Amino acid sequence: METGIMAALAARSNRTVSTSAVRCALFGLVCAVVAVPVSAAPVLGDAQLLDRLTWGIDADSVRDIGGSGASRWLDAQLRPTSSALPPVAQAQIDAMRIGREPLARLVVEMDAQNKAANAIADPAQKKIARDAYNKTMSDLGREAQSRSLLYDLYAPDQLREQMTWFWFNHFNVQADKRDIRAMVGDYEDQAIRPHALWRFRDLLEATLRHPAMLRYLDNDQNAANHINENYAREIMELHSMGVGSGYTQKDVQELARILTGVGVDLKPDSPKLKPQWQPLYLRAGLFEFNPARHDFGDKIFLGHDIPGEGFGEVERALDLIAAAPATANHVSAELAAYFLGAPPPPPLVARMAASFRHSDGDIATVLRTLFRSPEFKASLGRGFKDPVHYAVSAVRLAYGDRVILNADPLSGWLQRMGEGLFAHETPDGYPIAASAWSGPGQMETRFEIARSIGGGAAGLFKPRDGSAPEQPAFPQIENALFFQLLQPHLTPSTTQVLAQATSQQEWNTLYLSSPEFMRR
Amino acid sequence: MHRRDLLKAAAGFAPLVIAGRAFATPAAGSGRLLLVFLRGAYDAVNIVAPVGSDFYHEARPTIGLAKPDPADPDAALPLDGDWALHPALKDSLYPLWQRKQLAFVPFAGTDDMSRSHFETQDTIELGQPIGGTRDFRSGFMARLADALGADRPIAFSDRVPLCFQGAASRTVPNVALGGNLKPAIDPREARLIEAMYRAGPGDEAGLSRSVAEGFAVRETVFKSLADEMTQAGRGAVTPKGFELSARRIGRLMRDQYDLAFVDVGGWDTHVNQGGAQGYLAGRIGELGRGLAGFAEEIGPDAWRDTTVVVVSEFGRTFRENGDKSTDHGHGSVYWVMGGGVRGGRLAGAQVRIAADTLDQQRDLPVLTDYRGLLGGLVQRQYGLGADRLASIFPNADPVALDLL
Repeated sequence: METGIMAALAARSNRTVSTSAVRCALFGLVCAVVAVPVSAAPVLGDAQLLDRLTWGIDADSVRDIGGSGASRWLDAQLRPTSSALPPVAQAQIDAMRIGREPLARLVVEMDAQNKAANAIADPAQKKIARDAYNKTMSDLGREAQSRSLLYDLYAPDQLREQMTWFWFNHFNVQADKRDIRAMVGDYEDQAIRPHALWRFRDLLEATLRHPAMLRYLDNDQNAANHINENYAREIMELHSMGVGSGYTQKDVQELARILTGVGVDLKPDSPKLKPQWQPLYLRAGLFEFNPARHDFGDKIFLGHDIPGEGFGEVERALDLIAAAPATANHVSAELAAYFLGAPPPPPLVARMAASFRHSDGDIATVLRTLFRSPEFKASLGRGFKDPVHYAVSAVRLAYGDRVILNADPLSGWLQRMGEGLFAHETPDGYPIAASAWSGPGQMETRFEIARSIGGGAAGLFKPRDGSAPEQPAFPQIENALFFQLLQPHLTPSTTQVLAQATSQQEWNTLYLSSPEFMRR
Repeated sequence: MHRRDLLKAAAGFAPLVIAGRAFATPAAGSGRLLLVFLRGAYDAVNIVAPVGSDFYHEARPTIGLAKPDPADPDAALPLDGDWALHPALKDSLYPLWQRKQLAFVPFAGTDDMSRSHFETQDTIELGQPIGGTRDFRSGFMARLADALGADRPIAFSDRVPLCFQGAASRTVPNVALGGNLKPAIDPREARLIEAMYRAGPGDEAGLSRSVAEGFAVRETVFKSLADEMTQAGRGAVTPKGFELSARRIGRLMRDQYDLAFVDVGGWDTHVNQGGAQGYLAGRIGELGRGLAGFAEEIGPDAWRDTTVVVVSEFGRTFRENGDKSTDHGHGSVYWVMGGGVRGGRLAGAQVRIAADTLDQQRDLPVLTDYRGLLGGLVQRQYGLGADRLASIFPNADPVALDLL
């Protein structure tokens, strides 16, 4: 039922504004509820589409979809041309060390700092140096989280940002392992984000060539006669074909042999190599392929002969993996589960997998098949927000285009709800199923977060470097957007409960705790 | 007197009607059960080590444990002629072994050959036969809760684990015990929030039950642990990490809950796992202190009818890998402990360990299936009949190891 909401709004506006005016007077607050003019009539279906494909409905996204219509808005999201952030958000990113220094320099510097600290003989001095190293590493990890959240909150290419989260989770690494805190921001920004809507094969290789992945799944320690099959197994099980899709333990072992010598090198110079190996050596930033560590024996992988030749074997293996029908199926099923918020019907997955194969693994093409499906339309409004969607959508709704100055509180909420950025320990990533996030203890925690967000700015407007005093900003959830698009669809019991709020803070807490706000 | 002798027929109870469905009479059993899941596949044979096998020392030249030697603090602790225990457990679990309250079941595991952590964890938590269609909404702990009817289940984890999903008779609560547990939502707001979820349409995810249970469990846990937190506030030394959680679980299972789950991560040791010292020694030491602390907190009375079972998705390669560590393998060693456990022994079928007895020339074989082991334990503990046991572990014969 996609009736224009604006018509209904005209009839409602008197009542809603007066209700709001009463509440403002009651609470003694200055809350200027001005009806923000929306250029075209948003419809309920559009609002639900926004809530599904963005990090949460806000006034800007409603204006965008109302201006262009859902179909053109979706095209633009699938093939985004702009990632421009608001200047206040961009300035925060520009000030970050991870934005100013290239990855290789950063990691090498941190490695030197670590070694220098460990070399100190005096225990007290050593502790000071080690603490300083750890603090710097934590700061780098926190910068990466803040940058990621600023993109989620304010990037115009919202679908790409969701896909960036999705693929990071699919190709998960954990920041706290070894020195990955210094790499995780670059991994997200350079390996994942540029490929998030394009060719799967390129995305797969970008993660394979990134030191964060090679460290995380131990392939930097996989060498001829010292086989470590950790990464080889997870590439096939989690990243591409999926468990039980037909590959064998032997395939895992052969892929591990193919991957020998693919690793990370922090030293400035190439290693000394025998002359016949020198042309086979590869180096790009911290990534290296070292023929001296490679098993040059012939392999048989997924039924294909792969003669020992060097890094070309890896390219062959990735071609085979990316082209395997099992990969098209597995990746399509994961995308569908994520965007439907429920286990996907097999016929839909089959249609998406066909799109995957016909488009050479073009992710936007696969998503277009999904978004145009009746199954997708039927699912709108019925998904359950995972913690990241929950918290980010709350901040987008509460503060609109007023850019936060400190993302640490938001990072902390995600951590408390068990879905901290870059914090999942195991390579399977966070679960996607709603049942993983709606347990009793989790709901209770979520209400506590609702209270933190609803009760005030919670530090979101207090720059963490202390460069400026906190700028108080009260969450304005009862805003024009709420009255236009959200309030008309509240259940009577939610409406009754909201009417019992004794302060604006409590109203915010209750609305953010409502079953309606849990859905997307 | 053994617990089985204490079990009195509970037949004659009226069928319980919960959530509109009739459930069978609760089982006759009693007691408490805690399942501890070591996620990541702990390297079993470096914790409960077959040091009597020459092949063990050949296969693990750098990480293997040394044979028992009273003069060597890094040597393993003797269990029987073939097996020995990691020295990091000397002051925590070894005393329980000596009191015959701890048994080990070597060659234990699943018939899942995927060597995938996630697949095999799911296999265990679902407890359904391999090969059939899986019902991902039905974990075996949930089916156990349904079969028992009158128990008080809980998951001490930040999510409700798969094994507790899909209980027909109740929503199993979860609570993570690491931090401060004081409720932040005041009772009035909690009532208002519950009212929004009550009788809401389209509550297919069961959110209303989840919300009500969430407030209730937080209140219960906070009240039960209030003493401990007051003491901590006065500067008492408080344990950290798993030991803190495990001690809290002991308190809560003494007073409030009797069917529980907890998981402990950090066991996927592909690189630099160490031997008598090092990373894995640190993890297992913390686990041992936690479980010993649990036994202490639950108190002697409750400990007598408590069973703790420690499982992990699979074992690791019997031979060490190129990085002085281990990759994904197959058979593991499970632990069964409790005041009424007939322990102090290695239980279950065994095979001589040598290159030619390894599964696929690389791993411990599985001789005791986890469903048979757990089925045998719950059958004895709760006096379950065959039909009820089959509702928990369909198509799995209980293995009688005489542990209870």
